[in-house]
Amino acid sequence: MMPGSSERPVAAPYAATANSVRRVMTWVMAALTPATLFGFWLYGWPAVYLWIVTVAAATLGEGFCLRLMRRDAGPTLGDGSAVLTGWLLAVSLPPWAPWWIGAFGGLFSVIVGKQVFGGLGQNLFNPAMVGRVALLISFPVQMTAWVAPLPMFSVSAPGPLTGLMITFHGMQPAFDAVASASLLGFAKTEMARGIDLAQSLLHAPVPSWYGSRPGSLGETASWLIVAGGAAMICLRIISWHIPLAMLLGIAVPAALLHAVDPACYLDAGTHLLSGGAMLGAFFIATDYVTSPNTPRGQLVFGAGCGLLSYVIRTWAGYPEGVAFAVLLMNSLTPVIDSYCRPRIYGRDRRGAALEPEK
Amino acid sequence: MGLIERLFREPRWGVHPDDHKRPAADAPLRVLPRPARVHLPLQQHVGGAARPVVLVGQKVLKGQLLAQSQGNISAPIHAPVSGTVTAIGEVTAPHPSGLGLAAITVEADGADRWIETDPVADPFALAPEEIARRTAAAGVVGLGGATFPAAVKFALGRRLSVRTLIVNGGECEPYLSSDDRIMRDCPAQVVDGARIIMHAIGAESALVGIEDNKPEAIAAMTRAAATYPEVKIRPVPARYPMGSDKQLIETLTGKEVPADARAAEVGVLVHNVSTCAAVHRAIRLGQPLVERIVTVNGGAVTRPGNVLAPLGCLVDDLLACCGVKEKPARLLFGGPMMGTLLPHGRVPLVKGASGVLAFTAAETAVPATGPCIRCGSCTRACPMGLLPLEMAAHIRAGDLDGAVGYSLSDCISCGCCAYVCPSHIPLVQYFSHAKGELAARERARLRTEAGRRLAEARLARLERDAKEKAELAARRQAERAAARARAGAAKPAEQTT
Repeated sequence: MMPGSSERPVAAPYAATANSVRRVMTWVMAALTPATLFGFWLYGWPAVYLWIVTVAAATLGEGFCLRLMRRDAGPTLGDGSAVLTGWLLAVSLPPWAPWWIGAFGGLFSVIVGKQVFGGLGQNLFNPAMVGRVALLISFPVQMTAWVAPLPMFSVSAPGPLTGLMITFHGMQPAFDAVASASLLGFAKTEMARGIDLAQSLLHAPVPSWYGSRPGSLGETASWLIVAGGAAMICLRIISWHIPLAMLLGIAVPAALLHAVDPACYLDAGTHLLSGGAMLGAFFIATDYVTSPNTPRGQLVFGAGCGLLSYVIRTWAGYPEGVAFAVLLMNSLTPVIDSYCRPRIYGRDRRGAALEPEK
Repeated sequence: MGLIERLFREPRWGVHPDDHKRPAADAPLRVLPRPARVHLPLQQHVGGAARPVVLVGQKVLKGQLLAQSQGNISAPIHAPVSGTVTAIGEVTAPHPSGLGLAAITVEADGADRWIETDPVADPFALAPEEIARRTAAAGVVGLGGATFPAAVKFALGRRLSVRTLIVNGGECEPYLSSDDRIMRDCPAQVVDGARIIMHAIGAESALVGIEDNKPEAIAAMTRAAATYPEVKIRPVPARYPMGSDKQLIETLTGKEVPADARAAEVGVLVHNVSTCAAVHRAIRLGQPLVERIVTVNGGAVTRPGNVLAPLGCLVDDLLACCGVKEKPARLLFGGPMMGTLLPHGRVPLVKGASGVLAFTAAETAVPATGPCIRCGSCTRACPMGLLPLEMAAHIRAGDLDGAVGYSLSDCISCGCCAYVCPSHIPLVQYFSHAKGELAARERARLRTEAGRRLAEARLARLERDAKEKAELAARRQAERAAARARAGAAKPAEQTT
């Protein structure tokens, strides 16, 4: 049966759920909207333009591939998965990145991350993270050029036209001063210079409880992301297993090592509220296609994502590791799936028939 | 049921489709006007087809034996009306293929004269074997849809000393309410039937599981069972497939039926409420199974409700009784989750058909199938703990053994997975295909094996024959040689004499 085909054998059951792929994608996008709108407000017009470019590129990439395969693009584009991929990529980008970062990332995500594998449901790796990592490796300068928050409509913020110039013509000299470092990046740089956290944190960018800090477009508003994630859990779009396991996977080692040596290791709160931890836990790692199916598998997967994120942030060359961690765990998903199977009714965990109990 | 209790008792498996049971369930029971003729397929049950014992042209009375059971697992067929046998031929089978099925046709004479029955005043004075015999003779089979001969289960229950009878009043399929109706209208029959079955299998107690979306049935059954402490009415959460044996047993007793084992092996036996009522009629009234309550429901039906109808009437008769708004786009026997597609309305009502559903074109519209997004909805819904998406992926790739590795054989085809699939993948169709293919492969293997065994036996026989022949020849030769030697020895002796 080809995807999108309407030919269907008439077989039981003759009733079907009202749920659909499109509904799932729509809810995920709805849950992502508050954090995205906050990002728009926080970083102003360039963020809006970058988001539009990225989503458009992802959609175009999908349409192009379907065209190449001579398939009807309508139903596939209509399911919203390409838009969501572009959206997730956009919110993980530096908000003032130039337009071609979004365009390249969007196309790369959908074409190389998804369609090359055979389209929706076939990809091994999370497409948005494939795009993000490809960008990070290819264009490290643009991908780590953070800006300090300049809320939309504030006096010094770029207007719609200046914003267009920033996105499509590069950083304007007038705004060079707002270039800033993320907390994770700052701590890493200072540590590399031999200055320990006790010293460097005194003049570090101040973390803000509501997310007003330098960072990716939609990653800073941790509580809005948590609210969106909680809504998805309540609607049973996702289960709690991956988010909880991933956040614990970051928080537990962070708390332990911080307790051992606060001068070398950031505390758990900073880790959880920095970088893509929240976005990754609720929106990225929970991607159906690339994560395990069973609750036990999801716990293993989530914990692995969290742990690897922490390891990469703490000891590897990059200040942020969520994207790498998710991709590494994606590659383990088939293995996890084959080991963590649910217990079958009437059988034990190994699949042998139970002994009858009288 | 309290909130806390609900939290703990609410099963993790299954689905909760719109039940569409009302208003059909609340409409008073109707009686089908006597059809002009009835068609009784010889195979309406699990096991061997019944063998006709009447001739064309023969006059029969209502309840008279038309075909007797054949083999250990089988059930007889009785006349639902009095009249004349007009044909023993083929009718359309209640199967999507619409193939023919051997059947006896009886033209009704309108008198509905019963054959002489043999009622039993006190069934508890009868030997359990006698109850099983009478139930078998009355042609009672599982009326929930399984159509397994009831008496065979009695014998099994007795042999494995079952202690608990589970009476299945779950009726978890959407649209259906025939069990609901029988519990509301004849609770005393159901309770009495359950007590007779308990006697027949030697059980100590009966648990009647009724989904909590049928409060009227629960109330009626509780009243009817009030004087019998051994019959306990147990409301269970309304969740599909609660009416499946394994799930109901687990919910009521906490016991799990081991894979490849029968429920009786954990000390329980399940019978449907309608089966209990049929046993009551078979024993107390001596009446064989000739009619049943059937739900007529679906968007195309004008006055949905339950109808008491003789077996063998046509689906069209039932639809005419309840009225149709528009030509049904799809006709089903049974519920929408596991029901059987009917080719047209000229199919006879059989013992296992608890409902006739007539859906409109709008109700049958199904969204196009999309790719699997591995959301895991099917895994969460599966009451057996299987991984439908993995099994389907293997089957799709033609790797049936791979699917067997995911315990395809444990699939009960309940349809939960296909129901919840957001991509509307016909998962049950995949599994049915694979099961059929594997069964065919197994048959082929057995055939090859039998052929090989025959060939080997022939070879061995030929070898044995050849050996025996050789031995015989050698013996003869030896005998001849010995005789010659004797003769040779005797000759010189003669010469000397």
